[in-house]
Amino acid sequence: MNDSSKNVDRYWKKNIQIVSILMFLWFLASFGFGIIFVNDLDEISFFGFKLGFWFAQQGSIIIFVAIIFIYIKLMKNLDQEFNKDLDD
Amino acid sequence: MDIQSLTYLFVGISFGLYIFIAIKSRAGSTNEFYIAGKGVHPVANGMATAADWMSAASFISMAGLISFMGRDGAVYLMGWTGGYVLLALLLAPYLRKFGQYTVPDFIGTRYYSTTARVVAVICLIIVSFTYVAGQMRGVGIVFSRFLEVEIETGVIIGMGIVFFYAVLGGMKGITYTQVAQYCVLIFAYLVPAIFISILITGNPIPQFGFGDRLIDQEIYLLEKLDLIMTDIGFQPYTSGLKETIDVFCITAALMLGTAGLPHVIVRFFTVPDVASARKSAGYALIFIAILYTTAPAVSSFARYNLFEATHNVSYQQAPEWFKNWEDIGLIAWRDKNNDGLIQHAPGNAFDPVKPKYLDNNGESGERVIVNDSQASSKNEVYIDRDIMVLANPEIAGLPPWVIALVAAGALAAALSTAAGLLLVISASVSHDLIKKTLATNISEKKELFYARFSVFIAVIIAGLFGIYPPGFVAQVVAFAFGLAAATLFPALLLGIFTKSINKEGAVSGMLTGLIFTLGYIVYFKFLNPEMNTSSNWLMGISPEGIGTIGMLINVFVSIMVSKFTSKPPSEIDDLIDSIRQP
Repeated sequence: MNDSSKNVDRYWKKNIQIVSILMFLWFLASFGFGIIFVNDLDEISFFGFKLGFWFAQQGSIIIFVAIIFIYIKLMKNLDQEFNKDLDD
Repeated sequence: MDIQSLTYLFVGISFGLYIFIAIKSRAGSTNEFYIAGKGVHPVANGMATAADWMSAASFISMAGLISFMGRDGAVYLMGWTGGYVLLALLLAPYLRKFGQYTVPDFIGTRYYSTTARVVAVICLIIVSFTYVAGQMRGVGIVFSRFLEVEIETGVIIGMGIVFFYAVLGGMKGITYTQVAQYCVLIFAYLVPAIFISILITGNPIPQFGFGDRLIDQEIYLLEKLDLIMTDIGFQPYTSGLKETIDVFCITAALMLGTAGLPHVIVRFFTVPDVASARKSAGYALIFIAILYTTAPAVSSFARYNLFEATHNVSYQQAPEWFKNWEDIGLIAWRDKNNDGLIQHAPGNAFDPVKPKYLDNNGESGERVIVNDSQASSKNEVYIDRDIMVLANPEIAGLPPWVIALVAAGALAAALSTAAGLLLVISASVSHDLIKKTLATNISEKKELFYARFSVFIAVIIAGLFGIYPPGFVAQVVAFAFGLAAATLFPALLLGIFTKSINKEGAVSGMLTGLIFTLGYIVYFKFLNPEMNTSSNWLMGISPEGIGTIGMLINVFVSIMVSKFTSKPPSEIDDLIDSIRQP
């Protein structure tokens, strides 16, 4: 395997790692907090909301936005690293 | 000026703006017509995607539905936003790197097969047409309610406008009109929400007002709403009624479906590079989230207002809007217990559910209806869910210009989505069916002609659906998601993240996903509607959520069939490697 295809390989592995972690957070915020554990979280109050209800109707959406922007940032860094390696 | 002249003025100005933009951004080549020459800025594309995405259903119906569903309304809120995470992380960057014109283009190339391409086109057309029918109907309803023209006339005017800018401008024209439409629709949604939030909680930000105390009271809005509702005999607003597995599957079907909707995916083909594709998914979700975090606040305000203003209130003293919407036929009341007061309670008030009015008035002055009273329920009021957004400005006593603005906003939402859908339908016909399958040697000019011609045909068919709606349009729109989830989404996902799935696998996966999901929906919704209860459903999953299972079946079949048939050729390996690099 030559250097450039090793780089490509590493880039893809790194990419999968980033995506897997963020997809886990996505699942936790929506299906986890908003659906599966919603009744347990409802025992906790959060400002004027029950916490589970808040995740289901508002919190999950805010977390979705955050996840995409974290992804944009991490991928930008990864792209830069990858391009530098190609130039070397 | 009265409400109607103001509405004409606002709608007129906004339509003039859309036409002006369309003339300014005419498309000259197929590249511009299909994907706006790949020159759209990520922020502009984010706005266009948001307008493309948020339909008449999001604008008019969603908050009202949630208002009556309470916490279970989260299926729409999470389902219709969470799909953007899937798009951003799993599809958009890679499909942009692939860099062709349509979704079937990717499927046909990745699975090196005309059959796969044609199956993808069939799925795309089924999904998009069911969706577009609802939009045209939405246009017609807004016209008839606010401008007092016949629904048919409204649909024809809407068709004319969409036809004009879609045929002339293609994707390029649509993109920039959608940017304008986003601005109109979000402004129109926020203004009444802010006013109402101030009236109820004193907090000018609806998202915070939602969790704030009632004005001049110690109690939180949601606590109070729960109390009012339990008093009357409802479940508390913040509790859920649906089974957890069903909520899970509906949410998942809407998310996966969102990520598989061709008119949304194709928006990411219009930006200059992979990094811009990621960014525009982020901006799109921000622009969508502005409306989607306002909607649940509007839902709770509206439900609270409804009880405060009309429960245990005599008909004579009921607010003016109650009678206005009764006149239009979206509210009905019968004094079941003869106490002269309006009472809300769980369950449907009448049988059949929708009121049929007679020409006379009852003792209190209400419109008399012929429906039987539903004996099992003390509920005396029928309320169409759509009112909750449309009547909000009146309920809160806002000035006429706000009402006119809401009409313009609802039209912007319906038209922008319709245009996006019509364009992907026409592109899949002119590009995938004609250029890539039937007549591969036609010139670009000829292809552009076919593209415009198929928009023309698609607009006419969509208009006919709007004028002569199959009785089940509203339901079918929700099923478009299940079908997209069970067909296109897995084919795209597996095409990017696995190298082993071959054409036999992809084609049989899409077909089993389509047949299973469509079959389940048709069985419960059309063939045996009386069987459509949770005890008969597969594992308690409603037809709305079955797309999730369809998707799993698709993936399973694709993997199994690929295992026992020949590997994809080595060019496909190289293709996949290339789309995986930025």
